[in-house]
Amino acid sequence: MHRKTLTELQAGLAAGDFSARELTEHFLKRIQSLDGELNSFITLTPEQALAQADAADQARAAGQAGPLNGLPLAHKDIFCTRGVRTSCGSRMLDNFISPYDATVVERLQAAGAVMLGKTNMDEFAMGSSNETSWYGPVRNPWDTGRVPGGSSGGSAAAVAARLVPAATGTDTGGSIRQPAALTGITGLKPTYGRVSRWGMIAFASSLDQAGPMATSAADCALLLQAMSGHDPRDSTSVNQPVDNYSATLDKPLTGLRIGVPEEFFPATLDDRIASTTRAALAELEKQGATLVSVRLPSVDLSVPAYYVIAPAEASSNLSRFDGVRYGYRCDDPADLEDMYKRSRSEGFGAEVKRRILVGTYALSHGYYDAYYLRAQKVRRLISNDFAAAFDNVDVIMGPTSPEQAFELGAKKDDPVTMYMADVFTIAVNLAGLPALSMPAGMIDGLPVGIQVIGNYFREAQILNVAHRFQQATNWHQKAPSFGETATAKGDA
Amino acid sequence: MEKITEWETVIGLEIHVQLSTASKIFSGSSTAVGAEPNSQASLVDLAMPGTLPVLNRGAVEKAILFGLAVNAEICQRSVFERKNYFYPDLPKGYQTTQLEAPIVGPGKVDIQLENGEKKVVRIHHAHLEEDAGKSLHEEFSDAQGRGMSGIDLNRAGTPLIEVVTEPDMRSPEEAVAFARKLHGIVTSLGICDGEMSQGSMRFDVNVSVRRKGDETLGTRTETKNLNSFRFMDAAIRQEVQRQIELIEDGGTVIQETRLYNGDTQASRSMRSKEDANDYRYFPCPDLLPVVVTDADIAALRATLPELPDAREARFIDSYQLSAYDAGLLAGNRFAAAYFETAAQHSGDAKLAANWVIGDISARLNAEDIAIEQCPVSAENLGQLIQRIKDGTVSSKIARQVFDACWQGEGSPDEVIAAKGLKQMSDTGELEKIVDQIIADNAEQVAAYQAAEGGKQKKMFGFFVGQAMKLTQGKANPQQINALLQQKLAP
Repeated sequence: MHRKTLTELQAGLAAGDFSARELTEHFLKRIQSLDGELNSFITLTPEQALAQADAADQARAAGQAGPLNGLPLAHKDIFCTRGVRTSCGSRMLDNFISPYDATVVERLQAAGAVMLGKTNMDEFAMGSSNETSWYGPVRNPWDTGRVPGGSSGGSAAAVAARLVPAATGTDTGGSIRQPAALTGITGLKPTYGRVSRWGMIAFASSLDQAGPMATSAADCALLLQAMSGHDPRDSTSVNQPVDNYSATLDKPLTGLRIGVPEEFFPATLDDRIASTTRAALAELEKQGATLVSVRLPSVDLSVPAYYVIAPAEASSNLSRFDGVRYGYRCDDPADLEDMYKRSRSEGFGAEVKRRILVGTYALSHGYYDAYYLRAQKVRRLISNDFAAAFDNVDVIMGPTSPEQAFELGAKKDDPVTMYMADVFTIAVNLAGLPALSMPAGMIDGLPVGIQVIGNYFREAQILNVAHRFQQATNWHQKAPSFGETATAKGDA
Repeated sequence: MEKITEWETVIGLEIHVQLSTASKIFSGSSTAVGAEPNSQASLVDLAMPGTLPVLNRGAVEKAILFGLAVNAEICQRSVFERKNYFYPDLPKGYQTTQLEAPIVGPGKVDIQLENGEKKVVRIHHAHLEEDAGKSLHEEFSDAQGRGMSGIDLNRAGTPLIEVVTEPDMRSPEEAVAFARKLHGIVTSLGICDGEMSQGSMRFDVNVSVRRKGDETLGTRTETKNLNSFRFMDAAIRQEVQRQIELIEDGGTVIQETRLYNGDTQASRSMRSKEDANDYRYFPCPDLLPVVVTDADIAALRATLPELPDAREARFIDSYQLSAYDAGLLAGNRFAAAYFETAAQHSGDAKLAANWVIGDISARLNAEDIAIEQCPVSAENLGQLIQRIKDGTVSSKIARQVFDACWQGEGSPDEVIAAKGLKQMSDTGELEKIVDQIIADNAEQVAAYQAAEGGKQKKMFGFFVGQAMKLTQGKANPQQINALLQQKLAP
């Protein structure tokens, strides 16, 4: 059952091949027996999941099935879930039971989806390897000695290992796409403002965006449909109609112009990743697309600009974690100052502290113009680069990540090298564009991801390109052998 | 060299004005005061993880009305920024405020001084921001009995405009005149309830001194959170004195923030510039720029009510009031309305103005109530003035009637009837009383007749007093005077 895509499970439920309860029980059992090694979940919510599944079965019997009725999924632990711990991967929120649901959670639940639990993540979404989580690292099901990428590493690993058919993620600098690439799944970061941020714990407010992670573009389309739309509770949510993402998946690619920026193929890029990407582009050419060389001269500056803007916003966003109203508070504070200092020193991990310090510095009196304002200017240049490119092309493509899944601990003590893992994804967040990562090949038994970047609110077009590619290839169907023997025993 | 003793005081003000919107600036919680602590604190006000602000457009409109009232430019694309600092009553760890692009740009306010002169005070800008919560330091202790602080976030997120003036005021009187004028403007606009004791308007005063003729400004101090005109006046006087003495003793003023305690009438340093926070302002990424169109501004301008300056001019013109009286009455829209009703009901604007500025103000101040809650209605004041004018009661008895009305004993006519306070104006009856007084006080009459000039004048009062005593004050004073003059003549 877990080999099926969301789309197939949807059909199976509709046909009555199995019930939502059976489906939920199957995946819960899988998680319980297999996740010990992966550590992709922080919290499992079996009772709530079964209750939701039963409700979904009843709704279906009553002819009131929602579009995602009975489909199990997991939420990254950055989304607030009412009555359930919402930790954001941090000791700071280890004791935080959210009093409310995020809009994304609310919408998916309203569509009939069943939440199995909350997935592991880098602390406050700060990381590219899922090693900064208070709950320990997540392992990549393709090779458990390797990282799944981050920060949505728990969601990526869980989907890749087929512990859950789909999951939500968030992407501030590549946190959906890079782990999707490293675990061989499909993940989409929508246009900034397409999905509400209400209830999504903020890392860098001007960059954060929630999106779906699944095993195919068609599944992402299904989820995105339910997640998208204007939300009056988020002032940056855009009031624009939502396209029908599934309707245009099969559209032929004849006439499609694909921009290929030379900046995404630097001399230092691993040849095998470059050739895997070019092979994927050739496949799309075969389907009628044209490749157009484009320039994005300012994207080289995206990593430094990002590592000013994102920490600056984070330093302010994380100020609310002060031990006063909720979350971690140190024992026996001597006074207010001591309570602040120790609660935050003990509650936050090293990477979070590093970014708070960097961000505080960048916003400080006398440095603001040199860092924050300059970074904002670079951001505008990057947006302008993309805008100019989109004058001539429909989508822009390249590799998602300059490297494949690396070994646990390999970059732990070298933050700058770690930051370079997001070199191809970050510019997209700075520009606020939508982009998808999908598997396009295997090297040394590990997946390679490619990225499809679209113009603003052109998620339908990105999904169309990805779906056509997936119709012609089977990279997205490759699953790791992880847990196969155990599953054989446990599977009914 | 001759010692220079002439000092000039330079004052600039920052005024926090709570806007009277029903809900908070970035959440739907009520702004009403007096509720149970934290009963008006929503997820947003508590700064729960993942919550986001949504701007209350009503607060923007009120800020724009203020801008229009002080002839300011309205910024058509203003930006909210975050001012970052840690404090327990600041739940997000930053205050959402405006810095680079405030909603209200430069403007000006005319003030009138007691000597009748006019002066312009320039407004530097006014920006929108959210109020903080309150820390409660009493009545809390943990299980071991150690003192703790409580936090009440009901006020957190109440919309404010902070009005910042140029350093244009030169004396405490000017500063207070400006403060009163601003109070009149915001209450006339109906954008603030003006309840200073509740913290609806709070003043920070920036004070410096310099030797007369100096071009450059002296080092200033800021005294924060003054919530009455009296405290403001006292705090400025004290700070000016402190700075002058400091400099004359060879010291230097350091830039610092000071706190004034109205109860002890003492001020102390809170923090110096050196340990001031670096607030790390940056544009709030959760809020879009506030766009205001020409049409928005025009629509709001059309709703502007009569403002103190226009009202003052009208009072001078229509009621022939003095500029000073008109200024006093026009400043407060409730006092102005009260006066106008009383003037119409009495048919004597000058008397109505005297009563409102005199007896009524004194009584309201003594009992610390606002004119909107005045127990004597403007209609009843009008009736009372009519009774003075038609001779039913004397001015003196009128005060007695007024007291009774204040105590809730009915309208002036009812009180006069019930207490039999109608003035005795019957000459025959009064003549009998005067005759009796002369008969009963032969000794005093003889002494009076023997006396001269001032002494005699003084003694005349004795007979008037006797007449009033016998009539319980109801005798028509003019008639009594005339009768006594006539009958006491030797």
